[in-house]
Amino acid sequence: MADTVVGATPDPHVSGDDPNRRDFIHIAAGVAAVGLVGGLAWPFIDQMNPAGDTLALASIEFDLSKVVEGQQVVVKWRGKPLFVRYRTPKEIAAAIKDDHADLRDPATDESRHKPGKAQYLVLIGVCTHLGCVPTFGGGEYGGWLCPCHGSVYDTSGRIRKGPAPLNLAVPDYAFLSDSKIKVG
Amino acid sequence: MSGHSTYEPKTGFERWLDTRLPILRFANDTIVTFPTPKNLNYWWTFGGVLAMMLGIQIVTGIILAMHYVPHVDYAFNSVQRIMRDVNYGWLVRYMHANGASMFFIAVYIHMFRNLYYGSYKAPREVLWILGCVIYLLMIMTAFFGYVLPWGQMSFHGAVVITNLIGALPVVGPSITTWLWGGFAVDDPTLNRFFSLHYLLPFVIAGVVGLHIWALHVPGNNNPTGVNVTSPQDTVPFHPYYTVKDGFAISLFLIMFAVFVFYLPDSLGEVVNNVPANPLQTPQHIVPEWYLLPFYAILRAVPNKLMGVILMFGSIGTLFVLPWLDTSKVRSMRYRPTARIYFFIFIFSCLVLGVCGAHAPDDLVIPGATAPQFLDANLDSYVWLSRIGALYYFAYFWLITPVLGLTETPLPAPDSISTPVLSHPAAAPAGAVSSPEKRG
Repeated sequence: MADTVVGATPDPHVSGDDPNRRDFIHIAAGVAAVGLVGGLAWPFIDQMNPAGDTLALASIEFDLSKVVEGQQVVVKWRGKPLFVRYRTPKEIAAAIKDDHADLRDPATDESRHKPGKAQYLVLIGVCTHLGCVPTFGGGEYGGWLCPCHGSVYDTSGRIRKGPAPLNLAVPDYAFLSDSKIKVG
Repeated sequence: MSGHSTYEPKTGFERWLDTRLPILRFANDTIVTFPTPKNLNYWWTFGGVLAMMLGIQIVTGIILAMHYVPHVDYAFNSVQRIMRDVNYGWLVRYMHANGASMFFIAVYIHMFRNLYYGSYKAPREVLWILGCVIYLLMIMTAFFGYVLPWGQMSFHGAVVITNLIGALPVVGPSITTWLWGGFAVDDPTLNRFFSLHYLLPFVIAGVVGLHIWALHVPGNNNPTGVNVTSPQDTVPFHPYYTVKDGFAISLFLIMFAVFVFYLPDSLGEVVNNVPANPLQTPQHIVPEWYLLPFYAILRAVPNKLMGVILMFGSIGTLFVLPWLDTSKVRSMRYRPTARIYFFIFIFSCLVLGVCGAHAPDDLVIPGATAPQFLDANLDSYVWLSRIGALYYFAYFWLITPVLGLTETPLPAPDSISTPVLSHPAAAPAGAVSSPEKRG
């Protein structure tokens, strides 16, 4: 290629030559430009993800002694309502009885609470339809009724009627002691 | 150079679009086939650099605005949060803060190139004035932006600059109060400065559009300052100047990256890492480096109103420069005497910059004993800035008009191509420096 006359050929692509050095430098420059833009695009996109201080506040502790039997306490967790419900034996029995009913999102009641802690139900209080907050005790199953589009949840938080596709979600949580949980 | 379009739509879609929105024709005529003098040197690449810097500042600025809180109680902490917690916030902020400095480096080179090659002269006066408008808008944007982190220098800089307006007779104090939205620089001031800081870059982008429009009517000036006389004097913008500008932009970006990654705080003031305290002014108040010469002119005058008038006058002078220059020859290549005064002018701007960074009473040569003259020691920076300011104004108002009438310029070539063809490098093959032999 050393005999390619640089500057004397106005169009480097004449007569189907092999790729010459000018083609190479064009491609190399293009690749470098794409690499630069791509390398900058990621930081510019990632900056919109949750920041360090936001993530640092992602878990909370909750004292279960604040809830009495038959009651529900709502706390804010990651900007959303968290339902902590102390179920009565009657409500637990109703939930277990329906374990094998025709459920839209099949799940046993056992799988929705921690072992030996059937009375405490911890759920994310966001309707799986379009994100409204379901009302405690509403609907014919005694669980929750979403005021927006009428989704009905049972006493295990499972979807039974209405447009919502899934059960109320159970967050990651653990018992720190008999009366204290850590969510997130 | 504008008017006649060489665009030919190739596909059916391009023909369809061309009769409805000739945007491809516009792009083609602007950045592909635009006839550009073939002898532009690297001083002409800073227009492209500036366009890129404006883009970088707008993109990084929009990102910062997503995380910044314009409130006196939260502004400083929100900036710290950007630096510490927001993903890559440090990168975006350092790009934005150092980007402002890079923007000004480029604009100063662009302006000095213009002065040297006489690009502001007819028929490019409007192009030059639009450039001055952009520069003025840049100064305002940079000032508003510097206030936003709400550090000590931000706050007291805002106090000093807004008080400049108070020097105006009669209406001054009312205007200052109106700017503040209160009795002092406070939350309302910060909020409106944030609003204006977000607005002005888009105004700049609009004026840049006019600037490019005004450029494309007469076309580029060139290092000889001689008008384009034939198509042989020009080459199409693409690929010749897209590649040349691209190469210059690459080098410029490397310098930018060195600042962002290795010297991110070198151009800023340490004091601005202290939260704003309206009850205490820092020992030494200075603006960012790119405004130091004007700051030096302000302080050179021992009278508040005159200082302000001269400071604004130093920028205002630029607007009337096309009518102060009496020389028929554009390029200083052919004006050896003017060239000497021009380099002294650059030197005076640098001296004024150094003066602006020092306290007025600091001694230029420490330990030297100089007599007191009028109100200050002759060895002090205040006297040096007076000399610098005097030369700054004399260059535009005295030297430029008089020199154009009295100097004897060298003979300018008949066309752009003439000096190229008569240059030793253009001699036939076998000459010492024929580039085609290098393979």
